[in-house]
Amino acid sequence: MKHIKIIIRKEWSEVFKNRLVLFTLIFMPLIFTLMPLVMLYFTGGDVMGDVGSLETADVPAEFLSVCSPDMTGAECMQIYVMNEFLLMFMMMPVIIPVTIAAYSIVGEKATHSLEPLLATPVTTAELLAGKSLAAGLPAILIGWASFGLFLIGLPILGVSKAVIDYITGPTWLLAVLVAGPLMAIASVNLAIFVSSRVNDPRVAEQISGVMIVPILALIFAQLAGLIVINVMTMLSFIGGMALLDVGLIYLGASIFQREKILTRWK
Amino acid sequence: MIETNELTKIFTIKKSADITAVQDLTLSIPKGEVFGFLGPNGAGKTTTIRMLTSLIAPSSGTARINGYQVGVDDTDVRRSVGILTESPGLYERLSAYRNLAIFASLYDVEDVDGQVSKYLHMLGLWSRRDEPAGSFSKGMRQKLAIARALLHEPKVLFLDEPTSGLDPEAARLVRSFIEGLRGEGRTIFLCTHNLTEADRLCDRIGIFKSHLIEVDTPENLREKFYGRRVVFHLRQLNPAWVDQVRGIAGVKDAQAVEQKLVVGMENPEELNPQIIRLLVGAGADIEFVGELRHSLEEIYIQTMQESEEQEVAA
Repeated sequence: MKHIKIIIRKEWSEVFKNRLVLFTLIFMPLIFTLMPLVMLYFTGGDVMGDVGSLETADVPAEFLSVCSPDMTGAECMQIYVMNEFLLMFMMMPVIIPVTIAAYSIVGEKATHSLEPLLATPVTTAELLAGKSLAAGLPAILIGWASFGLFLIGLPILGVSKAVIDYITGPTWLLAVLVAGPLMAIASVNLAIFVSSRVNDPRVAEQISGVMIVPILALIFAQLAGLIVINVMTMLSFIGGMALLDVGLIYLGASIFQREKILTRWK
Repeated sequence: MIETNELTKIFTIKKSADITAVQDLTLSIPKGEVFGFLGPNGAGKTTTIRMLTSLIAPSSGTARINGYQVGVDDTDVRRSVGILTESPGLYERLSAYRNLAIFASLYDVEDVDGQVSKYLHMLGLWSRRDEPAGSFSKGMRQKLAIARALLHEPKVLFLDEPTSGLDPEAARLVRSFIEGLRGEGRTIFLCTHNLTEADRLCDRIGIFKSHLIEVDTPENLREKFYGRRVVFHLRQLNPAWVDQVRGIAGVKDAQAVEQKLVVGMENPEELNPQIIRLLVGAGADIEFVGELRHSLEEIYIQTMQESEEQEVAA
């Protein structure tokens, strides 16, 4: 455990000195948190005028399943719109670890600092755990912190109790507290795999960006009216992501071996 | 300290193409010896170091470092050796101090601050300890990498090209430092292309190209390849003296090179007085006498040529 902590501290002290990584860590969560708040403010009944007085009957039928009967049309619309932003909160744990892992692993390849590190008594499992946690933990914590900030902003902006109740309900909590970390794990392991094949952190970052595809699929599926994001959808997504994690962890662990790193990583 | 027995490493690139990087390497390097490992690029030197530091597993054969078996006690092997890799591999955004502190902690050094401070002082980097390693010159980076390899006080040290790319002054400093380490009783396994450096620093030399071609002390290698030769610088050389010297028992050969008489023999300490008496008796004015030392480079080149000829013949 001691070695893992040292590796995490080392990763953070070096990676966080990189301005591009810092930018991703600070501005992206800020933007992803402010955007839904701004959207909620402008779709609120007071601001929307006529649109704000939409009746439930005016909302497309597929949205109604997530709205309770006592909600107004505007509240139901806000929940629909927020469901799209929920996916942004799920994107954070994907994008942040990719950036950190790409710079931490490809960066070490570029400076040839992996070999001295591999020559220490640290086990490969400790090294992999240290690097994975260093990339994954900030993403999960920042994702949760952004969600906390978002929750604080809801009553301040006068968002109705019905909408707040929905956002603090099981669909969102499952997405932020369970799906988010699972996405982060998948993202880290994919980034490790990609980093073993490329020599430029930006290329690693771009290729690992493929991890946002499942989230984009959810966004577009909901926009197209194919699915509605609710507890069942989220549980299915979590199940699929857990399976993907098992496969990607296996892939990450099999590629992150001393001999392979030294002799096969390009 | 370092024992290998038929150590072999074969890389399987594709199912049909195996590359033997190291073949049947059998070596015994005792405590306190500086062993020079010489060979051309791609000879398998770095692969050998990686096997001996438990970074990669041998395909066959065994190796023991400080009593720990490679492939079995890998963590203990890594804990008991220090390695200077071909490239310093520093964390460029981190300070010199932080670079060393991280590695001291990973090697479970008890007094991290004490050890880091000791080696930063020893290598003249203390005043620059808070500067990022990325701002350092090549020589300073190399010194920092050497310090990193020593933090946990390893008994065995692997140095891969320690003076490569350094300016003469920095290279000299690194060499003096290595000489100092030998004085501390550490075993040093030195890979270098600088043959003068190897000649100066190493107790024994191994010439290697996938397999060990020659291994001996530099002096024994000279004797083996060229025998011992003494040069007699004369004011004027009479060709008749060459034949007279050849006639002395124990002299292997003698030849005139300008005003010098070059004599090959096994035991100059015994024969020199006899030759000098003969020459003076014959009327020669001897200006001075010295032993002809062939450079390690000549031995290395000849060894490699012979090895290539043997490969072609085979």
